[in-house]
Amino acid sequence: MDYFLEIFWGGLTRGSIYALIALGYTMVYGILELINFAHGEIYMIGAFTALIVSTALAMAGMKGLTVFILASVLAVIYASAYGFTVEKIAYKPLRQAPRLSPLISAIGMSIFLQNYVLLAQTSDFLPFPGLIPEFTFMQPYAHIIGSTEMVIISTTALIMLLLTVFIKFTRMGKAMRATAQDRNMAMLVGIDINKVISSTFILGSALAAVGGVLIASHIGRINFYIGFIAGIKAFTAAVLGGIGSIPGAVLGGLVLGWTESFATGYVSSDYEDVFAFAFLVLILIFRPSGLVGRKTIQKV
Amino acid sequence: MKTRFSNKLFFALTFGVFLACAFSINALAADTIKLGVAGVHTGDLASYGIPSVRAAGLVIKEVNAKGGILGRKIELLVEDDACKPEIATNTATKLISMHVNVVVGHICSGATKASLGIYKTGNVIVISPSATNPELTKSGRYPNFFRTIAPDDAQARLEVNFAINVLKVKKIAVLHDKGDYGKGLAEYAKKFVEQSKKARVVLYEGVSPGAVDYSAVVQKIKRSQADAIIFGGYHPEASSVVIQMRKKNMNTYFISDDGVKDDTFIKVAGKYAEGVYATGPKDVSKNPLAIAAIEAHKKTYGSAPGAFFLNAYAATQALLNAMQKAGSTNYMAIGKALRTYDVNTPLGKIRFDKLGDAIGVGFSMYQVRRGVYTEVK
Repeated sequence: MDYFLEIFWGGLTRGSIYALIALGYTMVYGILELINFAHGEIYMIGAFTALIVSTALAMAGMKGLTVFILASVLAVIYASAYGFTVEKIAYKPLRQAPRLSPLISAIGMSIFLQNYVLLAQTSDFLPFPGLIPEFTFMQPYAHIIGSTEMVIISTTALIMLLLTVFIKFTRMGKAMRATAQDRNMAMLVGIDINKVISSTFILGSALAAVGGVLIASHIGRINFYIGFIAGIKAFTAAVLGGIGSIPGAVLGGLVLGWTESFATGYVSSDYEDVFAFAFLVLILIFRPSGLVGRKTIQKV
Repeated sequence: MKTRFSNKLFFALTFGVFLACAFSINALAADTIKLGVAGVHTGDLASYGIPSVRAAGLVIKEVNAKGGILGRKIELLVEDDACKPEIATNTATKLISMHVNVVVGHICSGATKASLGIYKTGNVIVISPSATNPELTKSGRYPNFFRTIAPDDAQARLEVNFAINVLKVKKIAVLHDKGDYGKGLAEYAKKFVEQSKKARVVLYEGVSPGAVDYSAVVQKIKRSQADAIIFGGYHPEASSVVIQMRKKNMNTYFISDDGVKDDTFIKVAGKYAEGVYATGPKDVSKNPLAIAAIEAHKKTYGSAPGAFFLNAYAATQALLNAMQKAGSTNYMAIGKALRTYDVNTPLGKIRFDKLGDAIGVGFSMYQVRRGVYTEVK
């Protein structure tokens, strides 16, 4: 039973991170019908910012939870600025272009950001400090779930809650939902589409940055390439849950995390990805629009 | 136009044949000992082959300056095999037709394997500075083959022997990163553990490179109750696994390879790196012969030597020493001398075993102690 629980919590940790990143994909897709391939890179930039900030703060003599919070906040701000800029540079000029053009632009942006960090920072792996402190009250359970895992899971849960409140009850949240339903109609009723789109990118990037900081302090190392695999996995999670749907992204992330974790725990980690993607194919055969996605009428 | 072109070609060819004849007649007349250097000297992989040519050249220059060996000067014959097996057979045939006595080469394992049969028929001893495929020696098919580099499975053998004989563990988990290098090593390690019969492989798995979390595989290691982990792969995955294991209060021994014996590993894993074992090439940087050889290269070529330079240097020295000791250039005599006499080289004092692998060349075990890899004596 202990073993089952360990694998369960491991999968939940992994799934939470996928969910955080998947939200960015799904929100952008919901509004623009664009797969923002540069999203994984925003996650990586978030992690790098946190590393730089925390190193600077550590040199200034600060430690513990303050560093973690300050580094996270700055990472979120910086990554959001990147998300905002990427949209303005790479997607906005192409809003009226055929749908393939922004997609190619997104791939280009992803490659650009990777190489930019590679040149500006380093190609080597960098150690990432364990920003999340080891709580003493967690010590008896450390063999099942560590402090880091617990912080990751609870942070994600809190963010999901805040996001739901934001989408459901605030003005901007309502505007986002309206834009997702019908962009032209939203424009007609006086919603500033550009503002909504920018806010979506900022929000998605902020979530990705949180994910980046959390996972980097969990596995303890980063390089310019970490965004690629995380991005692919999160994109898979978004599709699994039903791209465009916010609860879908969360569910998809968790399901993907658990599938991988249990595949490793009970079969073999050699087949981790095989199980994850086989599961995706199965879901898409029986539910083409994902776990909770609803069928949309193709706009021709 | 066409006829004129073929005329030119004809002339060029005739000239080439004359030139070649002139050279070989010259060479025969001088009665030298002919040392062939075969390997890749052109194309993408040239940087692996050129240092060997330079190494052999430097050794020969030094020996010839002292009057050569057995009263004869040594002549260098350089042939390119482009690292391609199909060209390597031609290279070998050509060297034999030039009456080569011994050969340093080839560089690539595939090319070496293709050419060895031809050298064997031609009774020519071959020492490779770089061909690491285990089968070249282990198969026993090529008694004319020797090498001054450790075979691919040497690290796995050292890791397994260390785990079983020094750490005295009974249950071993073998992990790898699914890559060619890591998985290859892990497969050898698994085979050696099973052959030893003194320990069991309780877990054999590949971890996904770049994954965001390794806790599931770490839990699995814990459940397997392994006393030691042998990991084949590079430092990024190794550091993640080690960090997560130590955070879960597991003190399992972690033994890995030269992909992990890298300072980045210690930098990334920090305090968790302490106590990790990794194999790495023997340190020769303090060997005075190695320092002298590198200096000689710098003086002649104005730069630091490239890959396998010291291995080729040692190979050439071993061959010349064996001929000197054997007192002849006879195939059997040289082979016997290589297996019998020690020779001082930049790689240390070496000799060859029955199968042709160098004794005293290869890997040592290192452990992270106070933040640095220290050789385990």
